[in-house]
Amino acid sequence: MPEPLLRIDTIKKAFGGLMAIVDLSFEVEEGQIKSIIGPNGAGKTTLFNLITGVHSLSGGRIIFQGKVINGLGPHIIASLGISRTFQTVELFGNMTALENVMVGRHPRTRSGLVSVGLRLPAMRKEESRIQEESLKIMELGGLLSKARHPSTSLPLGEQKTLEVLRALATQPRLILLDEPAAGLNEAETQKMSDLIYAIRDRGVTVLLVEHDMSLVMKVSDEIVAINFGQKIAEGPPTVIQNDPRVIEAYLGGEINYA
Amino acid sequence: MGKTNYLKLLGLAILVAFVPLFIRGDYYLSVLVFMGINSLVVIGLSLLMGYAGQISLGHAAFYGIGAYSTGVLTTHFGFSIFTAFGGGVFLSILVAIVIGIPALRLKGHYLAVATLGIGEIVFILFNELMELTGGPSGLSNIPPVHFGGFQINSSFRFYYLVWGITLLLLWFSLNIIYSRVGRALRSMHGSEVAASAMGVNLSFLKIQIFVLSAVYASIAGSLYAHFVSFIAPNNFGLMVSIMFLMMGVIGGIQNIWGALFGATLLTFLPEYLRVFEQYDILVYGAILLAILLFMPQGFLEGTPILLRKIFRRGRA
Repeated sequence: MPEPLLRIDTIKKAFGGLMAIVDLSFEVEEGQIKSIIGPNGAGKTTLFNLITGVHSLSGGRIIFQGKVINGLGPHIIASLGISRTFQTVELFGNMTALENVMVGRHPRTRSGLVSVGLRLPAMRKEESRIQEESLKIMELGGLLSKARHPSTSLPLGEQKTLEVLRALATQPRLILLDEPAAGLNEAETQKMSDLIYAIRDRGVTVLLVEHDMSLVMKVSDEIVAINFGQKIAEGPPTVIQNDPRVIEAYLGGEINYA
Repeated sequence: MGKTNYLKLLGLAILVAFVPLFIRGDYYLSVLVFMGINSLVVIGLSLLMGYAGQISLGHAAFYGIGAYSTGVLTTHFGFSIFTAFGGGVFLSILVAIVIGIPALRLKGHYLAVATLGIGEIVFILFNELMELTGGPSGLSNIPPVHFGGFQINSSFRFYYLVWGITLLLLWFSLNIIYSRVGRALRSMHGSEVAASAMGVNLSFLKIQIFVLSAVYASIAGSLYAHFVSFIAPNNFGLMVSIMFLMMGVIGGIQNIWGALFGATLLTFLPEYLRVFEQYDILVYGAILLAILLFMPQGFLEGTPILLRKIFRRGRA
Protein backbone atom coordinates (compact mmCIF):
# COMPACT_ATOMS: atom_id res chain seq x y z
CA MET A 1 0.00 0.00 0.00
CA PRO A 2 1.45 3.36 -0.95
CA GLU A 3 2.16 5.98 1.69
CA PRO A 4 -0.87 8.28 2.11
CA LEU A 5 -0.43 12.00 1.31
CA LEU A 6 -1.19 12.96 4.90
CA ARG A 7 -1.05 10.74 7.95
CA ILE A 8 -2.38 11.94 11.28
CA ASP A 9 -0.83 9.60 13.81
CA THR A 10 -2.36 9.50 17.33
CA ILE A 11 -2.06 13.23 17.84
CA LYS A 12 -2.98 15.03 21.06
CA LYS A 13 -3.49 18.67 21.82
CA ALA A 14 -4.09 20.12 25.26
CA PHE A 15 -4.86 23.78 25.95
CA GLY A 16 -3.94 23.99 29.61
CA GLY A 17 -6.04 21.25 31.19
CA LEU A 18 -8.47 21.05 28.30
CA MET A 19 -7.90 18.19 25.89
CA ALA A 20 -8.91 19.55 22.49
CA ILE A 21 -7.67 16.55 20.49
CA VAL A 22 -7.31 13.06 21.98
CA ASP A 23 -5.35 10.34 20.14
CA LEU A 24 -6.75 11.23 16.77
CA SER A 25 -5.58 9.19 13.77
CA PHE A 26 -6.65 9.12 10.15
CA GLU A 27 -5.15 9.24 6.68
CA VAL A 28 -5.80 11.29 3.59
CA GLU A 29 -5.13 9.60 0.24
CA GLU A 30 -3.83 11.58 -2.71
CA GLY A 31 -6.61 12.91 -4.96
CA GLN A 32 -9.38 12.51 -2.38
CA ILE A 33 -11.91 14.96 -1.09
CA LYS A 34 -12.04 14.11 2.58
CA SER A 35 -14.25 15.88 5.10
CA ILE A 36 -14.07 16.36 8.83
CA ILE A 37 -17.42 16.80 10.52
CA GLY A 38 -18.39 17.24 14.12
CA PRO A 39 -20.39 19.54 16.38
CA ASN A 40 -19.08 22.99 17.35
CA GLY A 41 -16.05 22.71 19.60
CA ALA A 42 -15.26 19.19 18.43
CA GLY A 43 -11.71 20.27 17.53
CA LYS A 44 -11.97 20.68 13.76
CA THR A 45 -10.32 24.07 13.50
CA THR A 46 -7.75 23.04 16.12
CA LEU A 47 -6.90 20.10 13.87
CA PHE A 48 -6.30 22.47 10.94
CA ASN A 49 -4.15 24.69 13.12
CA LEU A 50 -2.09 21.66 14.14
CA ILE A 51 -1.60 20.46 10.57
CA THR A 52 -0.54 23.92 9.38
CA GLY A 53 1.82 24.52 12.30
CA VAL A 54 -0.11 27.37 13.93
CA HIS A 55 -0.32 25.34 17.14
CA SER A 56 2.23 22.79 18.30
CA LEU A 57 1.27 19.21 19.11
CA SER A 58 1.12 17.85 22.64
CA GLY A 59 1.79 14.34 21.30
CA GLY A 60 1.77 12.19 18.17
CA ARG A 61 3.01 12.84 14.66
CA ILE A 62 1.78 14.45 11.48
CA ILE A 63 3.36 13.00 8.34
CA PHE A 64 3.03 14.69 4.97
CA GLN A 65 4.48 13.00 1.88
CA GLY A 66 6.45 10.68 4.11
CA LYS A 67 7.98 13.51 6.11
CA VAL A 68 7.24 14.47 9.72
CA ILE A 69 6.00 18.08 9.62
CA ASN A 70 4.92 18.75 13.19
CA GLY A 71 7.30 21.23 14.78
CA LEU A 72 7.88 23.11 11.53
CA GLY A 73 6.79 26.75 11.20
CA PRO A 74 3.60 27.62 9.29
CA HIS A 75 5.54 29.26 6.43
CA ILE A 76 7.65 26.13 5.93
CA ILE A 77 4.59 23.87 5.92
CA ALA A 78 3.03 26.20 3.35
CA SER A 79 6.08 25.90 1.13
CA LEU A 80 6.01 22.09 1.48
CA GLY A 81 2.58 22.14 -0.17
CA ILE A 82 -0.17 22.48 2.43
CA SER A 83 -2.39 25.52 2.10
CA ARG A 84 -5.56 26.59 3.87
CA THR A 85 -8.49 28.94 4.23
CA PHE A 86 -9.93 30.27 7.45
CA GLN A 87 -13.26 29.87 9.19
CA THR A 88 -13.61 33.61 9.68
CA VAL A 89 -12.40 35.30 6.51
CA GLU A 90 -8.75 36.31 6.86
CA LEU A 91 -8.22 38.27 3.68
CA PHE A 92 -5.65 41.03 3.53
CA GLY A 93 -8.11 43.92 3.77
CA ASN A 94 -5.47 46.47 2.88
CA MET A 95 -4.95 44.92 -0.56
CA THR A 96 -6.91 44.33 -3.76
CA ALA A 97 -8.40 40.96 -4.65
CA LEU A 98 -5.65 40.32 -7.18
CA GLU A 99 -2.91 41.30 -4.72
CA ASN A 100 -4.33 38.81 -2.23
CA VAL A 101 -3.91 36.03 -4.77
CA MET A 102 -0.45 37.35 -5.69
CA VAL A 103 0.63 36.93 -2.06
CA GLY A 104 -0.29 33.27 -2.54
CA ARG A 105 2.53 32.99 -5.09
CA HIS A 106 5.02 33.88 -2.34
CA PRO A 107 6.32 30.37 -1.53
CA ARG A 108 6.84 29.59 -5.23
CA THR A 109 8.83 32.74 -6.03
CA ARG A 110 12.13 34.02 -4.71
CA SER A 111 13.02 37.67 -5.42
CA GLY A 112 14.67 39.09 -2.29
CA LEU A 113 14.94 42.53 -0.77
CA VAL A 114 17.90 43.78 -2.79
CA SER A 115 16.68 42.37 -6.07
CA VAL A 116 13.22 43.97 -5.72
CA GLY A 117 14.66 47.24 -4.40
CA LEU A 118 16.87 47.61 -7.46
CA ARG A 119 14.23 46.21 -9.84
CA LEU A 120 16.72 43.78 -11.34
CA PRO A 121 15.63 42.18 -14.65
CA ALA A 122 15.10 38.75 -13.05
CA MET A 123 12.74 40.29 -10.52
CA ARG A 124 10.73 42.11 -13.20
CA LYS A 125 10.33 38.89 -15.15
CA GLU A 126 9.19 37.07 -12.04
CA GLU A 127 6.82 39.92 -11.15
CA SER A 128 5.00 39.74 -14.46
CA ARG A 129 4.84 35.97 -14.16
CA ILE A 130 3.28 36.29 -10.69
CA GLN A 131 0.66 38.64 -12.08
CA GLU A 132 -0.10 36.42 -15.07
CA GLU A 133 -0.48 33.28 -12.97
CA SER A 134 -2.60 35.08 -10.39
CA LEU A 135 -4.96 36.39 -13.06
CA LYS A 136 -5.39 32.84 -14.36
CA ILE A 137 -6.32 31.67 -10.88
CA MET A 138 -8.77 34.58 -10.52
CA GLU A 139 -10.36 33.43 -13.75
CA LEU A 140 -10.76 29.89 -12.42
CA GLY A 141 -12.87 31.26 -9.57
CA GLY A 142 -14.79 33.64 -11.83
CA LEU A 143 -13.41 36.71 -10.07
CA LEU A 144 -11.41 38.18 -12.93
CA SER A 145 -13.70 41.21 -13.21
CA LYS A 146 -13.16 41.98 -9.49
CA ALA A 147 -9.36 41.76 -9.65
CA ARG A 148 -8.77 45.43 -8.85
CA HIS A 149 -11.44 45.74 -6.17
CA PRO A 150 -10.40 46.08 -2.53
CA SER A 151 -10.67 42.52 -1.22
CA THR A 152 -13.01 43.27 1.66
CA SER A 153 -15.46 45.21 -0.54
CA LEU A 154 -16.53 41.93 -2.17
CA PRO A 155 -19.70 40.14 -1.02
CA LEU A 156 -19.09 37.31 1.47
CA GLY A 157 -19.45 34.56 -1.12
CA GLU A 158 -16.74 36.10 -3.27
CA GLN A 159 -14.53 36.74 -0.26
CA LYS A 160 -14.74 33.05 0.61
CA THR A 161 -13.96 32.15 -3.00
CA LEU A 162 -11.04 34.57 -3.01
CA GLU A 163 -9.59 32.89 0.08
CA VAL A 164 -9.76 29.53 -1.69
CA LEU A 165 -8.08 31.02 -4.75
CA ARG A 166 -5.36 32.61 -2.64
CA ALA A 167 -4.67 29.22 -1.05
CA LEU A 168 -4.67 27.60 -4.48
CA ALA A 169 -2.10 30.12 -5.71
CA THR A 170 0.52 28.56 -3.42
CA GLN A 171 0.35 25.45 -5.64
CA PRO A 172 -0.48 23.10 -2.78
CA ARG A 173 -0.62 19.30 -2.87
CA LEU A 174 -3.17 19.45 -0.07
CA ILE A 175 -5.65 22.23 0.59
CA LEU A 176 -7.50 22.62 3.88
CA LEU A 177 -10.85 24.38 3.57
CA ASP A 178 -12.32 25.57 6.87
CA GLU A 179 -16.09 26.00 6.43
CA PRO A 180 -15.94 27.48 2.93
CA ALA A 181 -19.75 27.50 2.64
CA ALA A 182 -20.53 29.08 6.02
CA GLY A 183 -22.85 32.05 5.54
CA LEU A 184 -23.34 31.39 1.84
CA ASN A 185 -26.73 31.17 0.13
CA GLU A 186 -27.76 28.22 -2.02
CA ALA A 187 -26.42 29.57 -5.32
CA GLU A 188 -23.12 30.55 -3.72
CA THR A 189 -22.83 27.14 -2.07
CA GLN A 190 -23.39 25.52 -5.46
CA LYS A 191 -20.54 27.60 -6.92
CA MET A 192 -18.32 26.65 -4.00
CA SER A 193 -18.90 22.94 -4.57
CA ASP A 194 -18.06 23.42 -8.25
CA LEU A 195 -14.85 25.13 -7.19
CA ILE A 196 -14.01 22.26 -4.83
CA TYR A 197 -14.42 19.79 -7.70
CA ALA A 198 -12.31 22.01 -9.93
CA ILE A 199 -9.54 21.98 -7.32
CA ARG A 200 -9.68 18.20 -7.06
CA ASP A 201 -9.57 17.92 -10.84
CA ARG A 202 -6.34 19.93 -10.83
CA GLY A 203 -4.83 17.10 -8.79
CA VAL A 204 -5.00 18.87 -5.44
CA THR A 205 -6.18 16.80 -2.50
CA VAL A 206 -8.91 18.47 -0.42
CA LEU A 207 -9.49 18.26 3.32
CA LEU A 208 -12.77 19.94 4.14
CA VAL A 209 -14.35 21.09 7.38
CA GLU A 210 -17.97 22.04 6.82
CA HIS A 211 -21.28 22.27 8.64
CA ASP A 212 -23.41 22.25 5.50
CA MET A 213 -24.20 18.52 5.51
CA SER A 214 -25.72 18.40 2.05
CA LEU A 215 -22.49 19.85 0.65
CA VAL A 216 -20.34 17.45 2.67
CA MET A 217 -22.36 14.39 1.67
CA LYS A 218 -22.29 15.44 -1.98
CA VAL A 219 -18.60 16.21 -2.50
CA SER A 220 -16.81 13.92 -0.04
CA ASP A 221 -15.16 10.65 -0.95
CA GLU A 222 -14.67 9.91 2.72
CA ILE A 223 -15.69 11.51 6.00
CA VAL A 224 -14.15 11.53 9.45
CA ALA A 225 -16.57 12.39 12.24
CA ILE A 226 -15.07 13.72 15.44
CA ASN A 227 -16.50 14.75 18.78
CA PHE A 228 -14.66 16.08 21.84
CA GLY A 229 -11.40 15.71 19.92
CA GLN A 230 -11.88 12.00 19.26
CA LYS A 231 -12.72 10.12 16.11
CA ILE A 232 -16.16 8.57 16.39
CA ALA A 233 -16.57 7.30 12.83
CA GLU A 234 -14.82 7.17 9.47
CA GLY A 235 -16.03 6.06 6.08
CA PRO A 236 -17.86 6.99 2.89
CA PRO A 237 -20.86 9.39 3.20
CA THR A 238 -23.50 6.63 3.09
CA VAL A 239 -21.93 4.87 6.04
CA ILE A 240 -21.46 8.05 8.06
CA GLN A 241 -25.06 9.15 7.48
CA ASN A 242 -26.38 6.07 9.20
CA ASP A 243 -23.78 5.79 11.95
CA PRO A 244 -25.60 5.93 15.28
CA ARG A 245 -22.66 7.62 17.05
CA VAL A 246 -22.62 10.42 14.49
CA ILE A 247 -26.37 10.92 14.81
CA GLU A 248 -25.99 10.89 18.57
CA ALA A 249 -23.24 13.53 18.47
CA TYR A 250 -25.38 15.86 16.39
CA LEU A 251 -28.37 17.13 18.41
CA GLY A 252 -28.48 13.80 20.16
CA GLY A 253 -30.83 12.79 17.38
CA GLU A 254 -31.38 13.00 13.65
CA ILE A 255 -29.31 14.96 11.13
CA ASN A 256 -31.08 17.04 8.59
CA TYR A 257 -29.51 16.31 5.22
CA ALA A 258 -31.76 18.67 3.28
CA MET B 1 -0.90 51.68 -8.62
CA GLY B 2 2.84 51.64 -8.95
CA LYS B 3 2.89 54.08 -11.85
CA THR B 4 1.47 57.08 -9.98
CA ASN B 5 4.20 56.63 -7.40
CA TYR B 6 6.93 56.82 -10.01
CA LEU B 7 5.32 59.96 -11.42
CA LYS B 8 5.28 61.45 -7.93
CA LEU B 9 8.93 60.49 -7.55
CA LEU B 10 9.76 62.17 -10.85
CA GLY B 11 7.86 65.28 -9.77
CA LEU B 12 9.74 65.36 -6.49
CA ALA B 13 13.07 64.91 -8.29
CA ILE B 14 12.33 67.90 -10.54
CA LEU B 15 11.26 69.97 -7.55
CA VAL B 16 14.39 68.99 -5.66
CA ALA B 17 16.57 69.86 -8.66
CA PHE B 18 15.21 73.38 -9.07
CA VAL B 19 14.45 74.55 -5.53
CA PRO B 20 18.00 75.70 -4.70
CA LEU B 21 17.96 78.05 -7.69
CA PHE B 22 15.23 80.06 -5.97
CA ILE B 23 16.70 79.98 -2.50
CA ARG B 24 18.83 82.88 -1.36
CA GLY B 25 21.18 82.36 1.51
CA ASP B 26 23.07 79.51 3.03
CA TYR B 27 20.78 79.27 6.03
CA TYR B 28 17.65 78.06 4.21
CA LEU B 29 19.74 75.80 2.05
CA SER B 30 21.07 74.12 5.17
CA VAL B 31 17.51 73.68 6.44
CA LEU B 32 16.78 71.88 3.18
CA VAL B 33 19.81 69.67 3.76
CA PHE B 34 18.51 68.70 7.22
CA MET B 35 15.13 68.04 5.63
CA GLY B 36 16.76 65.50 3.31
CA ILE B 37 18.72 63.88 6.14
CA ASN B 38 15.62 63.59 8.35
CA SER B 39 13.57 62.28 5.43
CA LEU B 40 16.06 59.48 4.95
CA VAL B 41 15.61 58.29 8.53
CA VAL B 42 11.83 58.66 8.45
CA ILE B 43 11.47 56.75 5.14
CA GLY B 44 13.17 53.82 6.87
CA LEU B 45 10.92 54.23 9.90
CA SER B 46 7.88 54.26 7.65
CA LEU B 47 8.89 50.93 6.15
CA LEU B 48 9.37 49.55 9.65
CA MET B 49 6.30 51.04 11.36
CA GLY B 50 3.84 51.64 8.57
CA TYR B 51 4.52 48.51 6.57
CA ALA B 52 6.13 45.97 8.93
CA GLY B 53 4.09 47.17 11.93
CA GLN B 54 6.97 47.41 14.40
CA ILE B 55 7.93 50.39 16.55
CA SER B 56 11.48 51.58 17.09
CA LEU B 57 12.16 53.98 19.94
CA GLY B 58 15.88 54.05 19.28
CA HIS B 59 16.55 55.01 15.71
CA ALA B 60 18.75 57.87 16.87
CA ALA B 61 21.17 55.13 17.94
CA PHE B 62 21.68 53.99 14.33
CA TYR B 63 21.79 57.62 13.24
CA GLY B 64 24.49 58.11 15.88
CA ILE B 65 26.37 54.93 14.93
CA GLY B 66 26.54 56.21 11.36
CA ALA B 67 27.66 59.67 12.45
CA TYR B 68 30.29 58.52 14.94
CA SER B 69 31.60 55.72 12.72
CA THR B 70 32.46 58.01 9.84
CA GLY B 71 33.46 60.80 12.26
CA VAL B 72 35.90 58.65 14.22
CA LEU B 73 37.20 56.67 11.24
CA THR B 74 37.97 59.75 9.15
CA THR B 75 39.36 62.05 11.86
CA HIS B 76 41.30 59.55 14.00
CA PHE B 77 42.23 56.85 11.54
CA GLY B 78 42.39 58.65 8.23
CA PHE B 79 39.91 56.32 6.50
CA SER B 80 38.50 57.42 3.16
CA ILE B 81 34.94 58.76 3.28
CA PHE B 82 33.45 55.75 1.50
CA THR B 83 35.08 53.14 3.71
CA ALA B 84 33.96 55.17 6.71
CA PHE B 85 30.36 55.30 5.44
CA GLY B 86 30.54 51.57 4.83
CA GLY B 87 31.93 51.03 8.33
CA GLY B 88 28.92 52.81 9.83
CA VAL B 89 26.49 50.81 7.71
CA PHE B 90 28.23 47.57 8.63
CA LEU B 91 28.16 48.35 12.34
CA SER B 92 24.48 49.36 12.17
CA ILE B 93 23.58 46.12 10.40
CA LEU B 94 25.41 44.17 13.07
CA VAL B 95 23.70 45.98 15.96
CA ALA B 96 20.30 45.73 14.26
CA ILE B 97 20.69 41.99 13.74
CA VAL B 98 21.84 41.40 17.31
CA ILE B 99 18.81 43.16 18.83
CA GLY B 100 16.39 42.31 16.00
CA ILE B 101 16.72 38.54 16.09
CA PRO B 102 15.61 38.01 19.69
CA ALA B 103 13.09 40.88 19.71
CA LEU B 104 11.39 40.15 16.39
CA ARG B 105 11.03 36.41 16.77
CA LEU B 106 8.52 37.10 19.51
CA LYS B 107 5.02 38.35 18.84
CA GLY B 108 4.23 41.83 20.11
CA HIS B 109 6.10 45.06 20.56
CA TYR B 110 9.32 43.77 22.07
CA LEU B 111 11.30 45.71 19.51
CA ALA B 112 10.12 48.99 21.03
CA VAL B 113 11.63 48.04 24.39
CA ALA B 114 14.81 46.58 22.87
CA THR B 115 15.43 49.69 20.77
CA LEU B 116 14.76 51.95 23.75
CA GLY B 117 17.52 50.02 25.54
CA ILE B 118 19.98 50.09 22.67
CA GLY B 119 19.38 53.84 22.31
CA GLU B 120 20.47 54.38 25.90
CA ILE B 121 23.47 52.02 25.63
CA VAL B 122 24.74 53.74 22.51
CA PHE B 123 24.21 57.16 24.07
CA ILE B 124 26.26 56.15 27.12
CA LEU B 125 29.02 54.71 24.89
CA PHE B 126 29.26 57.99 22.94
CA ASN B 127 29.75 59.77 26.26
CA GLU B 128 32.15 57.33 27.86
CA LEU B 129 34.48 56.30 25.03
CA MET B 130 36.29 59.62 25.46
CA GLU B 131 39.43 58.76 23.50
CA LEU B 132 37.45 57.93 20.39
CA THR B 133 34.34 60.08 20.60
CA GLY B 134 35.57 63.04 22.62
CA GLY B 135 32.93 62.30 25.25
CA PRO B 136 30.27 64.87 26.12
CA SER B 137 32.23 67.71 24.52
CA GLY B 138 31.90 65.99 21.16
CA LEU B 139 33.95 65.22 18.10
CA SER B 140 34.99 68.10 15.88
CA ASN B 141 36.87 68.77 12.63
CA ILE B 142 35.12 66.01 10.71
CA PRO B 143 36.28 66.51 7.12
CA PRO B 144 33.79 67.31 4.35
CA VAL B 145 32.81 64.71 1.76
CA HIS B 146 34.91 64.71 -1.39
CA PHE B 147 34.97 62.70 -4.59
CA GLY B 148 38.64 62.67 -5.51
CA GLY B 149 39.48 66.33 -5.85
CA PHE B 150 35.86 67.50 -5.89
CA GLN B 151 34.99 68.84 -2.44
CA ILE B 152 31.37 68.88 -1.24
CA ASN B 153 32.18 71.89 0.88
CA SER B 154 29.18 74.16 0.36
CA SER B 155 25.56 73.76 1.42
CA PHE B 156 24.65 74.00 -2.24
CA ARG B 157 26.74 70.99 -3.20
CA PHE B 158 25.79 69.07 -0.08
CA TYR B 159 22.13 69.66 -0.81
CA TYR B 160 22.41 67.78 -4.08
CA LEU B 161 24.40 64.97 -2.46
CA VAL B 162 21.88 64.47 0.34
CA TRP B 163 18.80 64.71 -1.83
CA GLY B 164 20.38 62.52 -4.49
CA ILE B 165 20.84 59.78 -1.91
CA THR B 166 17.39 60.39 -0.40
CA LEU B 167 15.69 60.13 -3.80
CA LEU B 168 17.67 57.00 -4.62
CA LEU B 169 16.64 55.31 -1.38
CA LEU B 170 13.05 56.53 -1.80
CA TRP B 171 13.05 54.84 -5.21
CA PHE B 172 14.50 51.71 -3.62
CA SER B 173 11.80 51.77 -0.93
CA LEU B 174 8.95 52.29 -3.40
CA ASN B 175 10.27 49.39 -5.45
CA ILE B 176 10.13 47.22 -2.36
CA ILE B 177 6.55 48.23 -1.54
CA TYR B 178 5.30 47.34 -5.01
CA SER B 179 6.90 43.93 -5.20
CA ARG B 180 6.76 40.41 -3.84
CA VAL B 181 8.49 41.57 -0.65
CA GLY B 182 6.18 44.58 -0.27
CA ARG B 183 3.11 42.44 -0.74
CA ALA B 184 4.41 40.08 1.92
CA LEU B 185 4.88 43.09 4.21
CA ARG B 186 1.41 44.44 3.60
CA SER B 187 -0.10 40.98 3.95
CA MET B 188 1.59 40.66 7.32
CA HIS B 189 -0.04 43.93 8.34
CA GLY B 190 -3.41 42.67 7.07
CA SER B 191 -3.35 39.29 8.86
CA GLU B 192 -0.26 37.65 10.35
CA VAL B 193 -1.85 34.21 10.55
CA ALA B 194 -2.94 34.28 6.90
CA ALA B 195 0.40 35.69 5.76
CA SER B 196 2.34 32.85 7.37
CA ALA B 197 -0.13 30.34 5.90
CA MET B 198 0.82 31.78 2.49
CA GLY B 199 4.46 30.98 3.19
CA VAL B 200 5.59 34.39 4.43
CA ASN B 201 8.38 34.05 7.00
CA LEU B 202 7.21 36.75 9.41
CA SER B 203 10.21 37.10 11.71
CA PHE B 204 12.73 37.02 8.87
CA LEU B 205 10.81 39.70 7.01
CA LYS B 206 10.57 41.91 10.10
CA ILE B 207 14.30 41.53 10.80
CA GLN B 208 15.14 42.37 7.18
CA ILE B 209 13.10 45.57 7.26
CA PHE B 210 14.44 46.55 10.66
CA VAL B 211 18.00 46.13 9.40
CA LEU B 212 17.16 48.13 6.27
CA SER B 213 15.72 50.98 8.32
CA ALA B 214 18.87 50.93 10.48
CA VAL B 215 20.98 51.23 7.33
CA TYR B 216 18.97 54.27 6.18
CA ALA B 217 19.44 55.90 9.58
CA SER B 218 23.14 55.12 9.55
CA ILE B 219 23.64 56.69 6.12
CA ALA B 220 21.68 59.74 7.27
CA GLY B 221 23.88 59.98 10.37
CA SER B 222 27.08 59.77 8.32
CA LEU B 223 25.83 62.55 6.05
CA TYR B 224 24.91 64.64 9.07
CA ALA B 225 28.37 64.25 10.59
CA HIS B 226 30.11 65.38 7.41
CA PHE B 227 27.73 68.26 6.89
CA VAL B 228 27.96 69.85 10.33
CA SER B 229 31.56 68.64 10.95
CA PHE B 230 30.89 68.54 14.69
CA ILE B 231 28.87 65.91 16.58
CA ALA B 232 28.08 65.42 20.26
CA PRO B 233 26.12 62.69 22.09
CA ASN B 234 23.11 64.98 22.57
CA ASN B 235 22.44 64.90 18.83
CA PHE B 236 21.62 61.20 19.20
CA GLY B 237 19.63 60.88 22.43
CA LEU B 238 16.15 59.58 23.12
CA MET B 239 14.55 62.91 22.21
CA VAL B 240 15.98 62.62 18.72
CA SER B 241 14.49 59.14 18.34
CA ILE B 242 11.14 60.54 19.45
CA MET B 243 11.47 63.40 17.00
CA PHE B 244 11.96 60.98 14.07
CA LEU B 245 8.96 59.01 15.27
CA MET B 246 6.93 62.21 15.54
CA MET B 247 7.84 63.22 11.99
CA GLY B 248 6.55 59.93 10.69
CA VAL B 249 3.37 59.93 12.74
CA ILE B 250 2.52 63.56 11.96
CA GLY B 251 2.95 63.05 8.24
CA GLY B 252 1.27 59.64 8.20
CA ILE B 253 3.54 56.68 8.82
CA GLN B 254 1.30 54.22 6.94
CA ASN B 255 2.38 55.81 3.71
CA ILE B 256 5.92 56.51 2.65
CA TRP B 257 4.92 59.87 1.14
CA GLY B 258 3.28 60.83 4.40
CA ALA B 259 6.51 60.06 6.21
CA LEU B 260 8.43 62.23 3.77
CA PHE B 261 5.92 65.01 4.23
CA GLY B 262 6.16 64.77 8.02
CA ALA B 263 9.95 65.00 7.93
CA THR B 264 9.70 68.08 5.74
CA LEU B 265 7.06 69.74 7.87
CA LEU B 266 8.73 69.16 11.22
CA THR B 267 12.12 70.29 9.93
CA PHE B 268 10.67 73.54 8.66
CA LEU B 269 8.11 74.27 11.34
CA PRO B 270 10.50 75.18 14.18
CA GLU B 271 12.31 77.57 11.83
CA TYR B 272 9.10 79.40 10.94
CA LEU B 273 7.88 79.48 14.52
CA ARG B 274 10.79 81.72 15.53
CA VAL B 275 8.46 84.69 15.09
CA PHE B 276 6.72 83.59 18.29
CA GLU B 277 10.02 84.02 20.13
CA GLN B 278 9.96 82.37 23.56
CA TYR B 279 6.49 80.91 22.97
CA ASP B 280 7.57 78.95 19.91
CA ILE B 281 7.70 75.62 21.74
CA LEU B 282 4.10 76.13 22.95
CA VAL B 283 2.83 76.86 19.46
CA TYR B 284 4.82 73.90 18.13
CA GLY B 285 3.26 71.61 20.72
CA ALA B 286 -0.22 72.93 20.00
CA ILE B 287 0.17 72.30 16.26
CA LEU B 288 1.36 68.73 16.80
CA LEU B 289 -1.47 68.09 19.24
CA ALA B 290 -4.04 69.48 16.81
CA ILE B 291 -2.76 67.29 13.97
CA LEU B 292 -2.86 64.17 16.14
CA LEU B 293 -6.33 64.98 17.48
CA PHE B 294 -8.01 65.86 14.22
CA MET B 295 -5.95 63.78 11.81
CA PRO B 296 -4.91 60.58 13.54
CA GLN B 297 -4.00 59.13 10.11
CA GLY B 298 -1.36 61.83 9.78
CA PHE B 299 -1.34 65.03 7.77
CA LEU B 300 -1.18 63.62 4.26
CA GLU B 301 -4.05 61.13 4.44
CA GLY B 302 -5.86 62.98 7.21
CA THR B 303 -6.32 66.31 5.41
CA PRO B 304 -8.78 65.11 2.73
CA ILE B 305 -10.73 63.13 5.34
CA LEU B 306 -10.96 66.17 7.62
CA LEU B 307 -11.98 68.46 4.76
CA ARG B 308 -14.71 66.05 3.70
CA LYS B 309 -16.02 65.96 7.28
CA ILE B 310 -16.09 69.75 7.55
CA PHE B 311 -17.68 70.12 4.13
CA ARG B 312 -20.43 67.61 4.92
CA ARG B 313 -21.22 69.30 8.22
CA GLY B 314 -21.38 72.65 6.42
CA ARG B 315 -24.01 71.36 4.01
CA ALA B 316 -26.16 69.57 6.56
